[in-house]
Amino acid sequence: MELIVQLLNSAMAAGTPLLFAALGGILIERSGIIQLGAEGLMLMGAVTAAMTFLATANLPLTLLVVLIVTGLLGVLHAFLTVTLRANQIVSGLAMTLFGAGLSAYLGKPITGMPLAGAVPKLDLDWLDPVPILGPVLGHLDLFTWISLAVVLILYLYFYRTSWGLHLRAVGDNPATADVMGIRVQGFRYGCVVIGSMLMGLGGANLLMVFSPTWIEGMTAGRGWIAVALIIFARWNPLYALGAAYFFGLLDTLGFRMQLAGSPIPSYFLKMIPYLLTIAVLVLVGWRTKHKLSGSPLALGVPYIREQRF
Amino acid sequence: MKLGYRVEIDPSGKDSPWWVTVMAVVLAFGLVAVFILVTGKNPVTVYTKMLGGAFATPFGLTETLVKAIPLMLCGLGVSLAYRIQVWNIGAEGQFLAGAMAATAVTIYLPGQPAWISLPVMLLAGLAAGGLWGLFTALPKVFFNVNELIISLMLNYIAILGLNYVVFGPWKDPKGFNFPGTPPFTDAQTLPAFGDTRLHFGLILALVAVVLAAVAVKYTRWGYELRLIGANPEAARHAGINIRRHVIFVMLLSGGLAGLAGMAEVSGVAHRLLYGISPGYGYTAIIVAWIARLNPFGIVVSAVLFGGLIAGGYSVQTLGLPSSISSLLQGSVLFFLIAGSILGKVRLRRTV
Repeated sequence: MELIVQLLNSAMAAGTPLLFAALGGILIERSGIIQLGAEGLMLMGAVTAAMTFLATANLPLTLLVVLIVTGLLGVLHAFLTVTLRANQIVSGLAMTLFGAGLSAYLGKPITGMPLAGAVPKLDLDWLDPVPILGPVLGHLDLFTWISLAVVLILYLYFYRTSWGLHLRAVGDNPATADVMGIRVQGFRYGCVVIGSMLMGLGGANLLMVFSPTWIEGMTAGRGWIAVALIIFARWNPLYALGAAYFFGLLDTLGFRMQLAGSPIPSYFLKMIPYLLTIAVLVLVGWRTKHKLSGSPLALGVPYIREQRF
Repeated sequence: MKLGYRVEIDPSGKDSPWWVTVMAVVLAFGLVAVFILVTGKNPVTVYTKMLGGAFATPFGLTETLVKAIPLMLCGLGVSLAYRIQVWNIGAEGQFLAGAMAATAVTIYLPGQPAWISLPVMLLAGLAAGGLWGLFTALPKVFFNVNELIISLMLNYIAILGLNYVVFGPWKDPKGFNFPGTPPFTDAQTLPAFGDTRLHFGLILALVAVVLAAVAVKYTRWGYELRLIGANPEAARHAGINIRRHVIFVMLLSGGLAGLAGMAEVSGVAHRLLYGISPGYGYTAIIVAWIARLNPFGIVVSAVLFGGLIAGGYSVQTLGLPSSISSLLQGSVLFFLIAGSILGKVRLRRTV
């Protein structure tokens, strides 16, 4: 029992940054735009969070700065891909390289400085007597609750509101949506900006809760794993929740085996999340070979109103 | 009646003119100058130091060329894949796979004369890089898996593999716990030009560039690549086996990066060590893109970015992190893609 609670706790702790980034990616891709800059945005979210919090020790301000910086980077991606219709893949790659370089540059003076006790926990003491649920849900930090709220909001938005229906139309068939009077470019801008902010929050979460010290390249591919989770979760926020925690669990499992003195060298245990990502993608690809993957149909295709088909 | 201008995109428009590329580089330097100013340094001093460190002295120039060799080979590799829209961003891992395989030859096949050990190391590097590329190509071809994610995951796996061998079984017992293998013997080292650090890898890279340029332009294979790149649907209907092309191109793309890894351990470091690549595989993406995938253009852009990496080290004496060069690289790419659309944009008057 104790072990289950511990595993669930660490799965959620390791999975929440992934969940944020995957949710951001789902929102963006639902609008038909590919954003591969998750890794760069997470790094920028992490470094701006570290810099602001070390300077001011003010959590709301820190989150605000993270949202503004990553939101602006989102505007840049949207401008390049939606307005200029530049290559979405290359723009995302540029975002990743730029974010990695800029975060390393800005973060140099604060490398290794610890942020202790940055994020409050919400203690729900009345839950404590309930087995499993109590210890798991009773003492979660702010980020985890925000991520759970985002899952719910996105789910309701996609499947229970007319705006969500419009968004899905934009992602599946922008020309038809346009004819119906839906503002395709507006939806795409909004989704890219808000989704990029969520990716930035994932980075801030990683830094402020999971490993509270800024180190260059600290995301270690988590942004890309989040991109894979989008496919694994079939662009559904609820599935993303399960997928992110599953990855979080396996991430911590390697660490636990190391602590328990496993004979396998730690380098191989650290490969687990990357190997698993490949395995999952192959599995999904094999299962959906002759079926729809759940991907928005117009994903990656720029929409040009005047274009004849 | 509304009078105004409308921006139109003409997909059949020409590629953007050469000055767009130059502008992108200039604007990137301008943007990064802002960041340098913010940290309280003078951008002119920093850039003078950087370019001076990269191109002004004989030592700087050879260092720039030494760094251009892996960029040329990796850049050439990824450019072949990008030609048919296979987004290989795994050159870093393929480079490391090649470096590790070449080192494995020195460890498990020691004491051979140069005419045996060097060709075997070269083939091992090619094969390991190619194999690493295949790991990306096969899932893509058979299960329609996104090659971007797989090739990137393989980078992390290769880095962890490298760390395992240099901290573990291959660590030099006489190395005072330094994470690296024992130094190579002279017979395992690529010859250098005179007393410089510039090595035979430069010739290998230039030969590869010429071969690739000729193959792309004058062979049937190159024609098919260009056809797939221009219109995959048309290529498929013309009976071209796209799958086979993807597999072969990734084999080649990875092999070239693996060759770069072999050249780096055998020509520069003379051993395998922790952090052997300062991100060559990622810089190579920009090298290929800025050259618009043209093999001879890659030579030029590889020298430019080799200079950025070499110059990035020299600004550390000014108290700036060397990550300034990766910041420059990312900025160049941004301006480049924004500019690449310029050749296709028409301003049309609307009446």
